[in-house]
Amino acid sequence: MKSRVDWSADVHQAMRAAGIAQVAYVPDSGLADIIRKCASDEDMRTISLTTEQEGVGLTCGAWLGGQRAALLMQSSGVGNCINALSMVKACGFPFLAIVTMRGMWGEFNPWQVPMGQASAATLQLANVIVHQVDRAEDVGETVAAGAHLAFDSSVGVAVLISQRIIGAKAFMVSK
Amino acid sequence: MSAEQIERRSLVRALLDGRGSALVVSGLGSSTWDVAAAGDHSTNFYVWGAMGSAAMVGLGLAHAQCDRRVIVVTGDGEMLMGLGALATIATARPKNLAILVLDNELYGETGNQATHTSGNVDLVKIAEGAGFVSTTTATTTDEGRALCDLIRDGEGPVFAVAKVKPDRPDAVIPPRDGTYLKLRFRAAVLGQANAEP
Repeated sequence: MKSRVDWSADVHQAMRAAGIAQVAYVPDSGLADIIRKCASDEDMRTISLTTEQEGVGLTCGAWLGGQRAALLMQSSGVGNCINALSMVKACGFPFLAIVTMRGMWGEFNPWQVPMGQASAATLQLANVIVHQVDRAEDVGETVAAGAHLAFDSSVGVAVLISQRIIGAKAFMVSK
Repeated sequence: MSAEQIERRSLVRALLDGRGSALVVSGLGSSTWDVAAAGDHSTNFYVWGAMGSAAMVGLGLAHAQCDRRVIVVTGDGEMLMGLGALATIATARPKNLAILVLDNELYGETGNQATHTSGNVDLVKIAEGAGFVSTTTATTTDEGRALCDLIRDGEGPVFAVAKVKPDRPDAVIPPRDGTYLKLRFRAAVLGQANAEP
């Protein structure tokens, strides 16, 4: 069941407050509202990627040039980022990812389960600090805290937004 | 001698001698040695790993520093690992970003195995298909000079391939501590006071 809290608006506000100027993304239905809000925000530039790995390089380049960037992706994209994340660790770059989860709560598609279940541990092995959020009312402040941690302490942070908040994708299955 | 094959070191030195205020990102391996051989510089950022990421570091930087030229110098193997970035960059259309691929058709650091550009893969055609505004291929030293002009001043995004001699000049090793390189770069671009968060 979807929450009545407009957590997408909260995420966008937290990103604005953190001064995120470049927003790279591979879309997910759970991210659609955030992407739309960022795209219509004149202080943000949205960059559509072909694969999530590109977003790691982009966020590092943005920081070199004095801008803050964030990467929005679905959990299936986490694995695509791993070797690129060596740059975050090796250089002490700030890195902020906002990840909408699949393969967790009421998942219909078994192909989403392996990467979804492995996302948190995979990110941690790649030296990215994981903040998991299970309640819609906590999403905004978790992104805000994650942005402080990433940009003030120069570390990688991923905010994982539970499938329970987004709502499991509904499919009609004919038997 | 105009039909002479391009030597990677000479080409990169000629390009960077006229760099002006350009910011330079190099891809891992020989391209990094070439950029270092032209002279270490505080506004060089050497991507020592994260293969396939150099062009995207360039895009993030080009967006953040839109009044300065950003030049990415990388190899064919590194570019092939991040081909999707060509679609992303051509779509983002940064006017100030130029990518130079030093194409020796080899994985030079790992035993000279052939890359796909030794066969039918044409990176410039891929970039043109993606929608890069300016593109060129140089195979001779004369064409190399025109390529340098395009990289420095052409309307971006620029994508250029220099087919280079498959020789392997000695490695010139620049600093490799990532935190040092990052802070040095930010201090040079943003001022010492802004290098740290």
